[in-house]
Amino acid sequence: MTRLDPQPGERLDRSRQLSFTFRGRPVTAFAGDTFGSALFASGQRVFSRSFKYHRPRGLLCCSGGCANCMMTVDGTPNVRVCVEPVHEGARVEPQNVFGSLDRDFLSVVDRVGGPFTPVGFYYRTMIRPRRFWPYYERFLRNVAGLGRVDKHGARVHRYDTEHRAVDVLVIGGGRTGLRAAHDAAQRGEKVLVVDENPPRGHSDGFELVAPATAIGIYEGGLVPVDAGDVLLRVRAKRIVVATGTIDQPLVFPGNDLVGVMLPGGVRRLVREFALKPGERALVVAGDDRALECVGDLRAAGANVVDLVDLRERTPAAMSASGRRGRVETVTVDGKRFECDLVVASGAPQPAYSLLAQAGATVTYDAQRGIFVPTELPAGVEAVGRVTGDVGGHSGIPHASYGNGEAKCFVCICEDVTEKDLKRALAEGFDSLELAKRYTTVTMGPCQGRLCHLASSRLFARECEVDPAEIGTTTARPPWSPVKLGLLAGRGHEPAKRTSLHHRHMEADATMMWTGAWRRPHSYGDAAVEASNVHEAVGVIDVSTLGKLLVLGGDAAAFLERLYPNRFADLKQGRVRYGVLSTDAGRIIDDGTIARLGDDSFYVTTTSTGAEGVVEWFEWWNAVWHMDVEVFNVTGALAAVNVAGPRARELLGRLTSADVSPEGFKYLDARQAAVAGVTCLALRIGFVGELGYELHFPSVCAEYLWDTLLECGADLGAKPFGLEAQRILRLEKQHIIVGQDTDSESNALSANMPWIVKFDKDDFVGKWALAQVDEQGDRERLVGFEMQNGVVPLEGGQIVVDGRPAGRVTSARRSTKLAKSIGLAWVPPGLAQEDTRLEIRVDGRLEPARVRLRPFFDPEGERLRS
Amino acid sequence: MSFLLTCPNCGPRDVNEFAYAGEVTTRPSEPPDLRELTKYVYFRRNVAGVQREWWYHRFGCEIWFLADRDTRTNEVLGVELPVAAEPKAAPEPAIPDTPAV
Repeated sequence: MTRLDPQPGERLDRSRQLSFTFRGRPVTAFAGDTFGSALFASGQRVFSRSFKYHRPRGLLCCSGGCANCMMTVDGTPNVRVCVEPVHEGARVEPQNVFGSLDRDFLSVVDRVGGPFTPVGFYYRTMIRPRRFWPYYERFLRNVAGLGRVDKHGARVHRYDTEHRAVDVLVIGGGRTGLRAAHDAAQRGEKVLVVDENPPRGHSDGFELVAPATAIGIYEGGLVPVDAGDVLLRVRAKRIVVATGTIDQPLVFPGNDLVGVMLPGGVRRLVREFALKPGERALVVAGDDRALECVGDLRAAGANVVDLVDLRERTPAAMSASGRRGRVETVTVDGKRFECDLVVASGAPQPAYSLLAQAGATVTYDAQRGIFVPTELPAGVEAVGRVTGDVGGHSGIPHASYGNGEAKCFVCICEDVTEKDLKRALAEGFDSLELAKRYTTVTMGPCQGRLCHLASSRLFARECEVDPAEIGTTTARPPWSPVKLGLLAGRGHEPAKRTSLHHRHMEADATMMWTGAWRRPHSYGDAAVEASNVHEAVGVIDVSTLGKLLVLGGDAAAFLERLYPNRFADLKQGRVRYGVLSTDAGRIIDDGTIARLGDDSFYVTTTSTGAEGVVEWFEWWNAVWHMDVEVFNVTGALAAVNVAGPRARELLGRLTSADVSPEGFKYLDARQAAVAGVTCLALRIGFVGELGYELHFPSVCAEYLWDTLLECGADLGAKPFGLEAQRILRLEKQHIIVGQDTDSESNALSANMPWIVKFDKDDFVGKWALAQVDEQGDRERLVGFEMQNGVVPLEGGQIVVDGRPAGRVTSARRSTKLAKSIGLAWVPPGLAQEDTRLEIRVDGRLEPARVRLRPFFDPEGERLRS
Repeated sequence: MSFLLTCPNCGPRDVNEFAYAGEVTTRPSEPPDLRELTKYVYFRRNVAGVQREWWYHRFGCEIWFLADRDTRTNEVLGVELPVAAEPKAAPEPAIPDTPAV
């Protein structure tokens, strides 16, 4: 039996049994087992097939470091089953297997592929004949990579991010780590300990998060900790690294056979999971901790056939061989042993990666044959074995025992052999960083834990230099594999809804995104909605407009400096259109500005521009220090535009205010109670018909909306959506910032020279616009009318003499005009009324004519009516 | 970037709460010629060292402030609210002799 009698300190709770399936067959486990230990107990010895050669691989480190036990658990690939606790009903499947774990047909690569599959073989042996490359590629893509992601999988986990600030963060909950935590807690410091293993015992005076992995030390001492479904972003005044050491595999022929293990793995199997790792064991080790496994093996009833203490003698030759991937014999210095378990490790390597990421210097210690961290950055400490102090001296094995016959793996994750590394050197990849990229040594799932030291030492031996000269490769986060879902955090898709959102839903509107806003695209037929605005009256929800109050003694002067046109002379109760420019002259936003009083203005912005405009205003005032306050009231107020020839009649029914053409003129702003709701009514006309834009507290939105539609039912009042609005505004050649303008557009070239007042003292953008005025535009925004009725795509090309010369920014079919119309940027030479343009539509060139004036109501008679 | 930045209002916060708006520039006080305008609008000193720059506490108190940050280490030497006079950029850098727009 593999499972032993209860061991002192085992993790198992033998009173509780769990079951899961492996390849569809049931496996039982005790509570406390990992999938790996339960499978081992059930007799499973081959846990995976190797990356490239598909060689059988078994448990090696048994501590979540190597790639040997990666399987797919409940559809999640690359789970290290040796550390993944069993849960009831789990489905476990092997991965990277073509066939079964015991018979993988791709293992043919291992037997015959040697000479054909050197490092980088896919770049040189699979390129001819060239026309076959798609087939090669399909094959390679199929066999390459580890694990498969379920392409149709849905998000099932909720990942979260948590910010933590502590005095001391201790990474590693071993003996020294806990002592450091305890000491700091005694001094009254707030301490957080993270450890990779499940917690045992209690923590006293400090917080222990386990199992959890610190995945890196980033700038500013930020340590992200993978705690399962939560990513802790920990900031500590002091970081104590107590990550210990990592057993290093020896490099000898057959060192990847199933049955070759590291001492720590043996210790865990015996002590924590009460498992007998093998019957006949050979131990090669070089330090006290590693040699403890001899006692463990004996306690488990295994026969230790020989023990090689590297401190006493370093073998000159060593190799292992076996059948079907399982170790059967080991030869050390000519002596042959029959065994099914080889525990082999060199000097334990400090797990310095986190320290190196934080900026520590790492140097090679020739005495001990390992890399040790030396100079540590401020705020970071190392305690325990990670400092390189592993108690006494340790024996140093040969860099490699390769004999040129069997494969001798330097990097077990990526199947990189000693021969591959030598070949890379011979080809001129003579720096460790280059050789790493070429051979992929240290780039596998273990991230160099088990192969960095070995590859450096081998490299040094082949180059005949000191390993200190070879140095280390750069340590970068993440130090442990981390799920992308954890880094992405919770799935947010923030949406802003207006206070009329539910009315739109009830009316079956098709909704669309405009920035973060959800807006009705149409309520059925946009063309009909547009016609209704022309013939009767329509209402549209424009609550998404940015709405700012600009108050203060300098308010007028402030706006005067920000906008190219004049505001000092704007009379109370009047509205003016404004375009915001940068000092480079570029248009950033537009909107209307109403003067409410001497010192108060009501400014609207584009739907997506509110926050940006507030920032822009505040920024300039941080420099100017004018007597101005800017309040963003976008969310507090709803807005509805009532537009159409019968808009006045509708409004007249709901308010006692004077809505006569004389009493409420075009570009007037009035306070008015509409159906009892206090509104700021602006007489403006983005859609080109007589229109009133009502701004009012958003709590009243549904009431006012319903009232407008009910009272106007006999007048034909109907809601219209964004699509109808876009048709209507295009008929008037009104621009939409961001749609018809881009980061290069300025007010002059966008055909609004009337808005730029060069006689003003100064305004943001004046100098740049003056340059444009002097030197001329590079392009001009013009309207166009298609000659044959087709509607070009937005972004479509304007073609002159066969070359692209401009682009379409907006195009729609206008039912009212029975024409296809649009706006486009064209070279200034073409910006003449009636110029013939050619526009590419579906690959054909279609004729169009330039129109510089609004297509509909060019004199604005309906607007002003 | 993962350092902490101290908002003059709110104290030290994660840098992700802030919007960065580049180094402090000086807006010409007189109408500039094309070269001066181009320099003001497009050229930045882009120093490797301590730089005076604009930050906005976008996901916080929404205030603009100035910070002196070492661009090599992201060490922030100090922050302050802008004072009434226009903030001065550090001494004139040498502008390469490149053609204007």
